[in-house]
Amino acid sequence: MELFVFVCASVMVLVGALGVIFRKHPVHAALSLVLTLFGIAVLFVAQSAEFLAAVQVIVYAGAIVILFLFVIMLLGVDKAENLQIEPLTGQRWIAGVVGLGMVGLLTTAVVSGSDVLRLRGLGIANSVTGENADANIQQLANSIFSDYVFAFEVTSVLLVVAVVGTVLLARRRTGKGIA
Amino acid sequence: MFGLVVVPTPTWYLVLSAVLFSIGAVGVLVRRNPLVMFMCIELMLNAVNLTFVTVGRAMSDINGQAIVFFVMVVAAAEVVVGLGIIVSIMRRRSGVNVDDLTELKG
Repeated sequence: MELFVFVCASVMVLVGALGVIFRKHPVHAALSLVLTLFGIAVLFVAQSAEFLAAVQVIVYAGAIVILFLFVIMLLGVDKAENLQIEPLTGQRWIAGVVGLGMVGLLTTAVVSGSDVLRLRGLGIANSVTGENADANIQQLANSIFSDYVFAFEVTSVLLVVAVVGTVLLARRRTGKGIA
Repeated sequence: MFGLVVVPTPTWYLVLSAVLFSIGAVGVLVRRNPLVMFMCIELMLNAVNLTFVTVGRAMSDINGQAIVFFVMVVAAAEVVVGLGIIVSIMRRRSGVNVDDLTELKG
C-alpha cells in the first residue's frame, strides 16, 4: 500500500516539476507547481507528518501559488514565451549535464550513507494508527513551543518585517519625498 | 498479491527529493522569466522539506518536522519579498527577462 502511494505521489511530483521548467506559459508553470506541492503533501501524509501536509496545502498551494498567479496577472506577462531562443549558446546542454551530475552525486551520497539513519529520538507518534488522533500535532507543538519557542517568536518578527517591507516596495511613489 | 511486499525505504524518498532538487536547479539555470525562476526555487525548498521529514522519520525524531515548519514560514516571507521586488522592477520596464537587468553591471 505504501509502495502504491509512493509511486503515485512521486509521479505527481516529477510530472509537476518537469512541467514547471518546460511549460512555456507562466500560468501553466504555476499550475504544474500546484501538482508538485500536492504530491509532496501526499508524501508527508505517507510519512505520518499530517500537520505539515495540511500546512503544505494551505500555505503553499493556497497562498504562495495564488500570490504567483496574482503577480502574473498584475504584470500582464501571461503570454507564452518562445523557448526556442537560447540566450547563451550551449547553456542548456551544460545545465542538463550539471543537473544529471547533481542527481548522480546526490544519489550516490544518499545510497552510500543510508546505513547512518538510525533511531535517535523518542519516536514519532502516528495519528492514523494510534488511538490519539491529534498525536502528531501534540508532539510537534511540544517541540515548537518548548525547544524552539525563541525561533518561533523570531519568525513572527520576520513575517512582520517582510509584510511591511513589501508594502513599501510595491506601493506607488507619490513624488513627495519618502512619504 | 505478488508474494512479496516491497515497502519504500527512506532511501527511496531521499533519491526522489534529490531528483526534485536537481530539476529545480536546472530550471533556475535554464529559464529566463523571474517568476518561473522563483517557482524553481520553491521546488528546491520542497525537496529539502521532503528530506527533513524523511530523515526525521527514519531517525524517529520529531525535530525534523519542526524544522520543516520554520522552513515553510521563511519560504512564505521570501516569496512575499521577492515578488514585491519583481513587481517594483517590472513596473518601470516592460517585458520580463532577467538578462535585461544589467544596471548593476560594472
